[in-house]
Amino acid sequence: MGDDKERKYTTVSIPVQLYEKIKERIEGTGFTSVSDYVTYVLREVLASLEEEEKEEVFSKEEEEKVKERLRALGYLD
Amino acid sequence: MLPRAHGGTLVDRVMDETRRKKIKGEISDIPSIEISDDIAVDLENIAYGVFSPLEGFMSENDYRLVLDTMRLENDVPWTIPVVLDMNGEEFLKMELRAGDTLLLKRGKTPVALMELEDLFKLDRKEHALKVFRTSDPSHPGVKKTLSMGDLLLGGKIEFMEGIENPFERYTLRPVETRILFKELGWRTVVGFQTRNAPHLGHEYVQKTALTFVDGLFINPVIGRKKKGDFRDEVILKAYEALIDRYYLKEKAVLSILRTEMRYAGPREAVFHAIVRKNFGCTHFIVGRDHAGVGDFYGPYDAQEIFGEFPDLGITPVFFRRFYYCKKCYGYVNEHVCPHEGDDIIPPSGTKIREMLASGKIPPREMMRPEVAEIILGFKNPFVE
Repeated sequence: MGDDKERKYTTVSIPVQLYEKIKERIEGTGFTSVSDYVTYVLREVLASLEEEEKEEVFSKEEEEKVKERLRALGYLD
Repeated sequence: MLPRAHGGTLVDRVMDETRRKKIKGEISDIPSIEISDDIAVDLENIAYGVFSPLEGFMSENDYRLVLDTMRLENDVPWTIPVVLDMNGEEFLKMELRAGDTLLLKRGKTPVALMELEDLFKLDRKEHALKVFRTSDPSHPGVKKTLSMGDLLLGGKIEFMEGIENPFERYTLRPVETRILFKELGWRTVVGFQTRNAPHLGHEYVQKTALTFVDGLFINPVIGRKKKGDFRDEVILKAYEALIDRYYLKEKAVLSILRTEMRYAGPREAVFHAIVRKNFGCTHFIVGRDHAGVGDFYGPYDAQEIFGEFPDLGITPVFFRRFYYCKKCYGYVNEHVCPHEGDDIIPPSGTKIREMLASGKIPPREMMRPEVAEIILGFKNPFVE
């Protein structure tokens, strides 16, 4: 059971000039490699896009049932 | 706008009534294992989406990645293993295989079904070192880890029935808090984690954060704690007394999080933030030595760890020490007050507990007298 126990990695190409710029920028920071930095930035970008997605929607029926309990417990008037 | 649940979807693993009735009729044919109260409560948390995106106990791949990278296999941040342990010998006797369905029960209560997807060995020392950053058995989390079974079982669950909840009146599920926040017109909500009765420092941290958002979600952890911590009912009654007298009713919600304290410091701070995101919080307060114990973690380790998660989806709000300053005539913090020494009165949790244990009301610069009186009304306010 569970034969795949490690994080998998793949290669993405970026322009050499950009690579060099990043390499310079991360010197003396907590980032130990260009890959680490690029991973961090991409996660940040994706998360900010996800934040713009619509929030959770509940059915009318579910919402009414929940509100009833919230009123019974004194959370809603 | 309230955030989506962690991982994108609020998990719902509660069995519908028709299936529950059917399964109950067949229950004697299903191999079962006895679980602890802590596991039973975690099952409820998984089922109602408190631990979204988890749909069950962790498989080996998720478990290993959480230990090593603090992320699940799908790259979603997750810092605390949520696992089901079992004694290997007992497991062998049951002759279980992957794909089997297991009944997880607590006494006579059939809590959940689990489809066994994965089973793997637990290395207790490695687990302790990676989660708690120590293998010292005096750490309560390490102590618990050392007593775990040597086998971990992974798989999705279907929740059937919860164990007794003495605090049902204070228990809200993520669906409920999200609808409640919406009804209250809150678009930004700050979550506050606590395992203590409130002192003035807590109150001012909460109110400072509340100044910048629509609502405050006070969410004490109710469950197994260490000796000397406040008892659950004391925490709740103390907060009720405080909110009643000193908070705007439409700005603060008190509801509990039923789970054990792990005392995993930085890792647990991130876990606490994720859980509050699932309840619908946009912000989460991280104070000094969050979820720490003794001197196992640096005072601000639990704040620094958030730098590793640009994709957490909830904004951590960091505070340093709050205290009363005689020269500033009020409650201030290290960021705004230049005074120190005898000029300041810090609300020390240890000092407050010592005073309360000897029946004394702490100075009003440390704790509201109304809160102290509620605590002293309990015969024994502390966990023994």
